[in-house]
This record gives sequence, C-alpha cells and structure tokens, in this order.
Amino acid sequence: MGRYIVKRLLAMIPTLLGVAVLIFILLRIVPGDVVEARFLAQGSQFVSQDLMNEERAKLGLDQPMWKQFTTWVAGFPRFDFGVSMWTGGPISEEIKLRFALSLQLAIMASTIATLLAIPLGILAAVKQDTWIDYAVRVFSIAGLATPSFWLGILMILVMLTVFKWIPPMVFTPFWVDPWQNLVQLIWPALAVGYRYSAVGTRMMRSAMLEVLREDYIRTARAKGLWLKLILSRHALKNAILPVLTIISLEFAFLLGGLVVTEQVFNLNGLGMLFVEAIARRDYTLTQALVMLVAATFLFVNFFVDIAYAYLDPRIRYR
Amino acid sequence: MKRLARVLALGASALFIFAAQAQTPKNGGELVFPVPSEPPSYDGHREETFGLIHPIAPFYNTLLRVDPNDKSGTKPAPSLAESWTTSQDGLTYTFKLRKGVKFHDGSDMTSKDVKASYDKIIFPPAGVGSTRKGQYADVASVEAPDPLTVVFKLKEQSGSFISSLLSPYNFIYKADILAKDMHWYEKNIMGTGPFTFVEHVKGSHVVGKKNPNYWDKGKPHLDTFRAIFMRDSAAQVAAVRGERAHIQFRGFSPAERDSIVSTLGNKVTVQESPWDCILMVAVNHEKKPFDDKRVRRALSLALDRHQASQTLSKIAIVKAVAGVQVPGTPFATPPEELNKLAGYWTDIEKSRAEARRLLKEAGVAEGFQFTFSNRGIPMPYEPLGVWLIDQWRRIGLNVKQDVIEAAAYYTPLRKGDFQVAMDFQCGYIVEPDLDMYKFLSTERNPANYGRYKDPVLDKMYDEQSRATDPEKRKQIIRQFEKRLLEEEAHYLMTLQWHRIIPHSAKVKGWTVTPSHYLNNTLDTVWLDQ
Repeated sequence: MGRYIVKRLLAMIPTLLGVAVLIFILLRIVPGDVVEARFLAQGSQFVSQDLMNEERAKLGLDQPMWKQFTTWVAGFPRFDFGVSMWTGGPISEEIKLRFALSLQLAIMASTIATLLAIPLGILAAVKQDTWIDYAVRVFSIAGLATPSFWLGILMILVMLTVFKWIPPMVFTPFWVDPWQNLVQLIWPALAVGYRYSAVGTRMMRSAMLEVLREDYIRTARAKGLWLKLILSRHALKNAILPVLTIISLEFAFLLGGLVVTEQVFNLNGLGMLFVEAIARRDYTLTQALVMLVAATFLFVNFFVDIAYAYLDPRIRYR
Repeated sequence: MKRLARVLALGASALFIFAAQAQTPKNGGELVFPVPSEPPSYDGHREETFGLIHPIAPFYNTLLRVDPNDKSGTKPAPSLAESWTTSQDGLTYTFKLRKGVKFHDGSDMTSKDVKASYDKIIFPPAGVGSTRKGQYADVASVEAPDPLTVVFKLKEQSGSFISSLLSPYNFIYKADILAKDMHWYEKNIMGTGPFTFVEHVKGSHVVGKKNPNYWDKGKPHLDTFRAIFMRDSAAQVAAVRGERAHIQFRGFSPAERDSIVSTLGNKVTVQESPWDCILMVAVNHEKKPFDDKRVRRALSLALDRHQASQTLSKIAIVKAVAGVQVPGTPFATPPEELNKLAGYWTDIEKSRAEARRLLKEAGVAEGFQFTFSNRGIPMPYEPLGVWLIDQWRRIGLNVKQDVIEAAAYYTPLRKGDFQVAMDFQCGYIVEPDLDMYKFLSTERNPANYGRYKDPVLDKMYDEQSRATDPEKRKQIIRQFEKRLLEEEAHYLMTLQWHRIIPHSAKVKGWTVTPSHYLNNTLDTVWLDQ
C-alpha cells in the first residue's frame, strides 16, 4: 500500500507539468493581453503605444516564451506562483482570500448532496416501483434538469417577491459571525447541493438495486436478518462506491467551477476569480488557478482510490 | 378676500418651510452601492476605469471639480482651488488654494502637493504610467510660487484647459510621499477627501468612513460608505430591489429600471440623462470598397436613427440621436440643425434611396457582402449590432456579424484586421477636445480605427481647441461634425447612450450627469432616514 501511495504521488508530477505546459500555451494563443484589457477596454484614446510597451516590459511579457515559462515553473517547488498581472499582488493572497468561501460552499453543497442522495437513493431502491420511488425519481430528474444557477435566480426572485428580502451581499467568515455566514451561504449551497444530489440519488438507486439482487443479500434475507441490518452492513457498503466517486469529483469541481452561481449570489469565490482572470488575460493568476484545480482533482482522485480499499476489502493495491 | 389671500400665503410659506426642512441634509448612515468593476490599483493617474472612481474618489479631492448640482456635467466648480484667474494672453492660469486643507495623515495640503501631483500626470518620470498625459500636451510647466498658489503655464491658448482640470482622476497626492516612491499610491490610499480609507477586501468591497477634519465644514453627511464589487447586473438589480444597496452609479437598462420600480414603487427615485458614451461604426478606409466615401455615406444613410431612438430605447441603454457632442450640452448641435446632415434626415425613404444611388454609383452590387465585427458584450452592443445589420440589409447589403470576445476585441482593430467594426468611446466629462480626439488622423491618434488621414479635420480640431470664445468654438465644431459625419462619413454614429439610475428614495444630494465618472466624491450625498 505504501509503495502504491508513493507511486501515485510521483505520477502526479508529470500530469501537473503537462497541465502547466498546456495552459501556458493556450493562454498565449488567445488574442489580447492584460495590457490591452487594462488600458483599452474603456475606449481610452490617450493611451500611447509607448506606455503599453512599457507596461508589457514591466510584466515580463516582452521576454521569450521559454523564459516566461521556466521562470514560472521554477517557483513551483516553493509554491511561489508570482504576482497577479492585473493587481500586482501576490497570487497566493489573491487565492487565499477566495479559497475559504469556495471551500465552505463546496463542503456545504457536498454535505447537502450526500444527505439527500444516499437516503433517497436507498429509499427509492428499497421501495422500487412504488409511489415513493416515483416521487424520488421525479425529484432527482428535476434536479438533473435544473441548472443550479437558474435555481439560484429563482430562489432570489421568490425571496424578493414574497419576502422582500435577499441574502447579504458581502461575505462574512464563519468565525466572525456564524449566523450571518450561514444566512448568506445556505441558499447557494442548497441550489448547488440539490443539483448534485440528483446525480448521486440516481447513482445510489441503481447501485443499490444491483446489490439488492445479489445472492448474498438473498441469503441474508433467507437467514431472516433484519432489513435495516442487511442494508447498512451488506448492501450500502458495496453500493456506495460509485456514489462516493461522483460526490468526491463534484467536490473538486465545486471549488472552482461555480462561476454563474457565484455571480448570481455575488459570492467572492474562486469561480468568479477564474472568470475575471481569464477576461483580464491575467496569465499568471489564470495559470495558478488552473494548477490549483488540477491538483485538487488529482488529490481527490487519489483519496477516493484509497477510500475504495478501506470500503471494499477485496481491493488491494500494489 | 384679503383673509383668504393671507391664509393661502401662510399655507404657501408653511409648505415652503416644510419643503426646506425636508431637504435639509441629515447626517449619518451608511451608503451602500454596487460597483460592476474592481480597480487594478488605487492610482487615479494611471487607471482608466470607473471601477476606480466609484469606490476610491471619495478619499480624494481634485483641484477643480464639476458642479455636483449641474445636470450637464460641464460647469466647473472650486474644489481644492477656491478661485482662479487667466492672464490676458490666455497662457497663464493662476489658482488660489484653500487654507486649512489637511491630508488624512494630518499634514497640510499645499501648492507643493498640487505641483507634484500634476507633474506626475503631465511629466511622469520613466517607468511611471500616466494614461492621460496626452490631454495636457499644451502645458509647459506647473509652478508653486507660494504655498497657496499654483500656476500652470501653457504653450498655446486652450479652450479646454479648465475642463481638463475637472478630470475626476486627477487626485491630489502628497508630494513628500511621491518624492520617496512614485508608485506608493498604486497600493495605498491617502488623500484630502471627505472619507478616510477603512478597508478593501479584494473581490468583495471597499469601506470608507467620514473624515472628521474635512475642509468643507458640515460635510460629508454620511458616516460611512460601502462599495460592493458586483460583476453580475442581475445581482446588482437584486441588491437594489432587495434594498441591500441604495444606488448603483453606473446605470441600469430600461428593463432593469422597470423591475426595480415595480418592486419598490415610491421607495425608488429614477434619474436619467443622456450618457457621454456612444457606440459608433468604424469603417476601415484601408479596405475596399470602404475607401470610397460614397459607400461610407450610404452606410450612414441607411440608418433610421430617429425610429431607432423610439424603439431601441425601450430595450437598450441608448436613446438620443446625436452628433459629436452629448445632446443638451453646451457645444451640442440642436436637433433641427443635426437633422440636416445626410444620415440624420427624418425622411428615411429618401435617405435610403440616396444610399442605394450612391452604392450603385460606387459600383457596389446589390447583395454585396461584408463582415461587421462586434464586441461580445450584451448591452448595448448586441441590440445595436442586430439593428445595424437589419438597416444595411434594407439598402441591399448582406452583412455577416463576427462577435469577438471583449478582451480580445481591440487586437484586430489596432491591426486594421476588419472591414466594418463597432467602436466605442466614453468620456469622463463632456468636452469637445476629449469627445472629438477620437476622430483625428490615425497618425495623431492610433485609437482612430477608421485608419484614415484627414489634415482638414485635424486642423479644425486644433482650431476649436485653441478657440477661447465659446461661440467661435461652437461654429468650428459644427464644421468638424459636418465633415466627419456627412462629407467624408469617416465614422458612423449610432445612438447616444442613456444613463438610467434608479435609486433608493432615501438617497439625496446626488444629481445624475452625462458621465458615470462624475459626482462620486459623495460629500454632498445624504440619506433621508
């Protein structure tokens, strides 16, 4: 197991390097740069070409591509991703500011998704083809068909129209004021959590149905074991593996992928930062964010694989 | 009868007193407003975005300002300078500064600070970015003969010099700080303004609190302000509708205004104004057949601006039919005169018949196809793009639209890699020198994407710029406009933007102007609560 873990960790290095090369090239293929975005976007007329060249030189954009790349990659071992080309501030600080919010939202949404998906999926499987199953299927298919940002807009409109109230627009960290924090984040967490619970519920139901038809479950039932015990000890442990994978990967996605939902609720998270960085052609910040998301996916995948071994004793890694 | 008159008079005075009391500013409260964009740095001399002005201007003063009660946004008013005089030859401007103005660190503001700030703007040392220094090309020197006097010496007479000092970007910084580090103000805030800096949480908000030592006694009225960065317009509307924010200073679309008004009813006040922003069509003179002025004029003649003013204004942030100046401002051409220009005629059938004739004469066949480049921003680029294509179709042209992502838009424009493209300009103050600079020959202004050379137009520009008599200046501007829009049809104007500010009725002391860069010092603003 130890060897396997080391092997997997080492395999991440070439993957991350590949991502680095790809994002570095892709960003520079796209027309426009941070200097144009900064000085021309407002229809400015007095900005001279000299000033723009000077700004490009200050940001190192006049350097050859290979030099820009090696300078950037050389900072990796020290977790130094440089400074934002837009603000001039250290990238670690730009990300740190938004990370707490995105992490909390991802945790809350994943918790809601898990709390909904697992019990509903089991219930639908156990009560297959009853009204309960139909109700759960309608609930989950509606979730699949509803984009979370649209649900968010709907929530805000309902709150506005019915209660003449909307959630706070400025993020308050949980440790500063837990109530204010939850009042703001519970709505996007519900909108996103519901959407992802739908995928989990469908997965849980089908996996559970498959397991419930296995011989060992029939044997357990024939032995007269209590249904709850059969479900929790024998069926759930086997059926939960694919659900775990889905929810874990979604957790990684939620960290940087909630662009529109963050806009709807005006959340200062990583998704918004990502979009702004791309729109402003802030190469260094975009690169760092892509690396962060790639690393998160790799680590989540890694931990899911390790969890598989724990949940299913048949699985042994070499 | 006399008694009745007395009662009426008493009633009228009571009403007057009541009204006066109702308008007496109240102190206290926090003004909350969303800002759709966030500044890259805090240095007004360097940046180009209203995203800097809205949250940062309240921390600073400028030498002069636009009168906060002037709806045209053109009237100069004192700020740090309480008065000014001009020499007989029009080459020397002398400003008397206010006494007792203090920076937020407690030090006195003197002419040394004004000189250092303007030297940074006009004569920046190497490595220090000043995006508007070109606007002060006529300034020979800035002098500070005594602590309360500043003298600007010009190389040539200028009709716009005072207006150029109204720029809301020209914050007065502390000379000692600039002497130590010219870049200090990019990352720090310290001015003489009505509010002192409290915090900026990146991506989230900026907070300022009342400056208790502000030189204008009794101001500001607000205790604090909170500028919340909010990129999404739906979120901004929700913030105002849900009364989480009082006002958004840039502007909303007609549909957004209506949704706010329908929710808040009499709890909202709507202020509107023509907006000193306009989308125009750049026709690349280097591409055939657009090098032919008959073709360019036909493109302009096809546009039914008057009808569009009625219809598009219901769905987009555009309204008035305009020439080179914002309608209703001192140098704007009155509508009856503007309508005489080809392309502005009220008889659209006559106009389009002339357009077809010109195209035929220029050898452009029916169904001629060209590409119109548009910027990937929904409002108002999208509706105006659709409108333009439809209008050109009506004179037999077949137009393909190429929508380019906003940040990448100016790359092909600067390279001349387009046929016909949407172009845009937005002024921070209504001033002919600023609004017409765009149209100078490309060699004088690379931001002229029409890529033409017109020495006649350049000469007219210089003449109006030097004219110190407003009437004479007006006449030259008319000639400039006629040549630009009719005779040569270098550029095609669409419709003037229309600024719509629906805000909480509690917000008082703020007047809409044609520029979303103006009136953001917040010293006069108060909350009626």
